[in-house]
Amino acid sequence: MNANGNLVQVKKLKKFFPLRGHFFSRSKSFVQAVVGVNLEIRRGETLGLVGESGCGKSTLGRLILRLEEPTEGQIFFEGEDILQYKAERLRQLRREMQIIFQDPYSSLNPRKTIGSIIGEPLIIHNIGTKKERSERVLRLMEVVGLRPEHINRYPHEFSGGQRQRIGIARALALNPKLIIADEPVSALDVSIQAQVLNLLEDLQDEFHLTYLFIAHDLSVVEHISDRVAVMHLGRIAELAPSDGLYSRPKHPYTHALLAANPIPDPSLARKRILLQGEVPSPINPPPGCNFHTRCLNRFDPCDKEVPVLREVEPSHWVACYLYGPNP
Amino acid sequence: MGETDKLLLKIRNLHTYFYTDDGVAKAVDGVDLELVEGGTLGVVGESGCGKSVTALSVMRLIPDPPGKIIQGKIVFGGKDLLTLSEAEMRKIRGRSISMIFQEPMTSLNPVFQIGDQISEVLTLHEGLSKKEAWNRSIEMLKMVGIPAAERRITEYPHQLSGGMRQRVMIAMALACSPKLMIADEPTTALDVTIQAQILELINRLQREKGMSVILITHNLGVIAETAQMVAVMYAGRVVEYTDVRTLFATPQHPYTQGLLKSIPRLDEDHAKKAKLEAIPGLVPSLLDLPPGCKFSNRCKYVFEKCGQEPPLEEVSTGHFVRCWLHIHR
Repeated sequence: MNANGNLVQVKKLKKFFPLRGHFFSRSKSFVQAVVGVNLEIRRGETLGLVGESGCGKSTLGRLILRLEEPTEGQIFFEGEDILQYKAERLRQLRREMQIIFQDPYSSLNPRKTIGSIIGEPLIIHNIGTKKERSERVLRLMEVVGLRPEHINRYPHEFSGGQRQRIGIARALALNPKLIIADEPVSALDVSIQAQVLNLLEDLQDEFHLTYLFIAHDLSVVEHISDRVAVMHLGRIAELAPSDGLYSRPKHPYTHALLAANPIPDPSLARKRILLQGEVPSPINPPPGCNFHTRCLNRFDPCDKEVPVLREVEPSHWVACYLYGPNP
Repeated sequence: MGETDKLLLKIRNLHTYFYTDDGVAKAVDGVDLELVEGGTLGVVGESGCGKSVTALSVMRLIPDPPGKIIQGKIVFGGKDLLTLSEAEMRKIRGRSISMIFQEPMTSLNPVFQIGDQISEVLTLHEGLSKKEAWNRSIEMLKMVGIPAAERRITEYPHQLSGGMRQRVMIAMALACSPKLMIADEPTTALDVTIQAQILELINRLQREKGMSVILITHNLGVIAETAQMVAVMYAGRVVEYTDVRTLFATPQHPYTQGLLKSIPRLDEDHAKKAKLEAIPGLVPSLLDLPPGCKFSNRCKYVFEKCGQEPPLEEVSTGHFVRCWLHIHR
């Protein structure tokens, strides 16, 4: 279970953000963003990560990139524990993994030209001569579908979809192995979303990329992913191949998410599962299964102990007592 | 367009322009729409297509300058809203027509308790006393499904979640039992689970109160699940208008067809997962529109005739399309 199959392996990962309490208050409270996640990302696959806002999906992505330091747990990249890495080794690691952000408006420096935005990673990592770098920038722009004359323009001259292409070109500059795409299409218009999704798929084939694709839109995730992990309040509720998750969802939360997702077909009479209430607070999550307050199928054990993620069908994992007690 | 049911709203040839330093942005350029009493009209389109500006024109909330309603008619309950004085219009806003917006945080006043904000509508339009208005506000909060309404009413907007804030907005919009509610992307900022709750709430209140709704969204799934009639807008124009089933079963305009094909669908077999059919090109800038048909520079069926602007024509009963492919003259 290392170099051949898994590019990334995450073990018992935890991230608690401390809340600033009152000066005299004795107990400190925490936002429990990620609570004991075990996850593997296989080489060459697209792993989708879905959940509602505040479920910890972005934090998990940032932990893997070491943009945040975990409270507990281990992260292996190509079999090595990257949490042990110090400055120089970490800088080298950054070449291997890159991120694409949600908001193409705030993730590009408005005072830099497109050429210098895309070329900046090359300068930081001291790659090539000036001439080689500008050739590389032009090549990257071509790959993502920007025209060469765009090189000296500024971000404000571009539409949302084009800016996202710039962000993708920047992420590709260092030939990374892993790209974490955090809601890359949710700020884009419908007709532009499809263009960017298709581009990401083409690039994956061409450059043998591995994606962690984080999004709240189940239909987008299902379309692009090989496997999907459903997160709820910092834990993984279900993990399955994309088609299995849609055709045979197990966790009541996955059922509810699928049912809530509006389908563009008015002739389809669907049974709606309306979740009652709101997402519980990650500061003080419910005991036991943290979904039990909204779950329509809850029974005795649900509010006592946290259910363990277990394999109920080949490669289909679920954390729910409906599928038996904890092993 | 059919005259069988009683029309509540009729928009004819509406033009709303914005005069900017870079030129005239024709945000709404000849829009015809109508809505029957108790009906739901979905308006769908991408950013800059003019859907929100159409809604703001109905409310007469276009910032002037730089915006201006150049021509057209907006007939609501027999009166042309564009001929009313500002004082007359103020009586209609919030009372006969109300509006909810995408981002409930920016539409609520952060320094007032939500009870005060709902009460204000009632004291202003219905002439209720402070006490009566407060009690009605509690009823309204209960109606939109806010638990512990008596306690919540004294809270401030920042103490509520996004879904709760949108419920408060709806309570405020419905306080005077308006005939028409315009919902501009009401669920775009919300999670899918909360979106489903809010859409269900709008549907229920509409049934109970016999209210008409204009639902503006970019999400075709939301349209399919809530609207009866749909107008697809592109570059300030309605390009297709029909009932929701016809639109999704037999879309006629190449833009509508393209939109439907470009969204990934959960109900399709994952095994035959193919590439999405993206619409090429960019959403055009309103300052730089192609001549003739505004979609012609992205359309795969483009031919000579597209150099002229096609009219919105009825191609089959109740199905209006603005495309030369379907106009046989």
